[in-house]
Amino acid sequence: MRYSALSIFLQGLTGNRRWTPAFRAPEPKPYYDVVIVGGGGHGLATAYYLARVFGVANVAVLEKGYLGSGNVGRNTTIIRSNYLLPGNNPFYELSLKLWEGLEQDFNFNAMVSQRGVLNLYHSDAQRDAYTRRGNAMRLHGVDAELLDREAVRAKLPFLDFDNARFPIMGGLHQPRGGTVRHDAVAWGYARGADSRGVDIIQHCEVTGIRRENGVVTGVETSRGFIGCGKLALATAGHSSVTAAMAGLRLPIESHVLQAFVSEGLKPFIDCVVTFGAGHFYVSQSDKGGLVFGGDIDGYNSYAQRGALSLVEHVAEAGVALIPALSRLRFLRSWGGIMDMSMDGSPIIDRTPIENLYLNAGWCYGGFKATPASGYCFAHLIARDASHETARAFRLDRFERGYPIDEKGLGAQPNLH
Amino acid sequence: MASLIPCPHCGTRPREEFAVKGDAAPIRPELDAPASDWHEYLHLRDNPKGRHHEFWHHVSGCRRWLIVERDTASHEIYSITDAASAKQGGGA
Repeated sequence: MRYSALSIFLQGLTGNRRWTPAFRAPEPKPYYDVVIVGGGGHGLATAYYLARVFGVANVAVLEKGYLGSGNVGRNTTIIRSNYLLPGNNPFYELSLKLWEGLEQDFNFNAMVSQRGVLNLYHSDAQRDAYTRRGNAMRLHGVDAELLDREAVRAKLPFLDFDNARFPIMGGLHQPRGGTVRHDAVAWGYARGADSRGVDIIQHCEVTGIRRENGVVTGVETSRGFIGCGKLALATAGHSSVTAAMAGLRLPIESHVLQAFVSEGLKPFIDCVVTFGAGHFYVSQSDKGGLVFGGDIDGYNSYAQRGALSLVEHVAEAGVALIPALSRLRFLRSWGGIMDMSMDGSPIIDRTPIENLYLNAGWCYGGFKATPASGYCFAHLIARDASHETARAFRLDRFERGYPIDEKGLGAQPNLH
Repeated sequence: MASLIPCPHCGTRPREEFAVKGDAAPIRPELDAPASDWHEYLHLRDNPKGRHHEFWHHVSGCRRWLIVERDTASHEIYSITDAASAKQGGGA
């Protein structure tokens, strides 16, 4: 069924009783050409582009929970392409361009809202760094503008411009950045893939990877053995766990990142604001709640909950930036598990095992990358060659000495 | 994460006093070790879901380096030893 204004009108006439489920709940078949482990945003997007663009439809997506139950449905919904390095920028710009056409492409309302992303700066040095970043973006054909203090004040008059430690001097603005309704992204990709023949199998946990003569032949799951021609891992957060089933050690640690939603407010913040110096960023959802977060907790964790000390730290940073938040109440919080890679950049690559493909290491930047990650991973799986924008995301880049260290921090995953 | 950490020198202390350095398993190679050893030391991690040994620094307490054995899913702490003592073969 194609969704449109007319379909809503006609369904309304019949009491909305004739809507059908957006995707099937199939039994797993014994064999697929491609099995994707992980039904998060990246896994579903990979299946969608495999079927839609690359003509590979005999595909299964295995999800241990239900769709939208993990980070794709719990992140802070921000999209942007304000990256500095040549290995990163074209990839994230491809992603932003795919976001811009996504709703028409998969016929689902993901509420893509290009409300702008503003990164604040507080010193001459930080301004120079953002000037450099903005220029790098524009050289890559990405929109960027440097705002001075008064331009930021006109946009967001309620910020504490004269904070003693971090006075606001201006910001780097990307007008095309914004937010997306994240769970609709999972459902939209799932529906688009399903309608093209992909089997999305929920509540199906992969417990082992079967190999014969060094080649993967299938996966052991909680619903029995499923054979495959190619196996694709898209299990960011738990990449080390699934890769270990194939005997691989990854340049990744798993860390917990917390995100928060406040009670609903009237329209207050009409763009995404990041306060990197204070570890805080915020936007306002269409329901009115402020959606905000900070840094990772900083220790290895697979527990989907974080420490209270970080909750306090984020709240303090938020009030330092926007004093009006001091009386706001938290509504919900969530701790998601992140693949923190050794340089802060992701991996989309083949592995030493011939027919095993890896999509991992997204740190806390995975959501905005969802369309390009799926597109480039599907390209890699279907054609056995990296997409031109994802060539730098090699698994062996650390060993060869070509990390993509956006922050310049070195191999220290809890600092990226 | 547990809110209280039993430091072998200071007793039970709040978690905020500690800084986490990460995996205690990698051992720094010799200077003339092959590049692959350095790659493994610097980049590769076991990253288990379950028991994990890691370095913690009691920054706001005794300032000793500790080795904490912790479950990365339940956050249960199984043991804490002084890192220097452990290297010399003794207990905390």
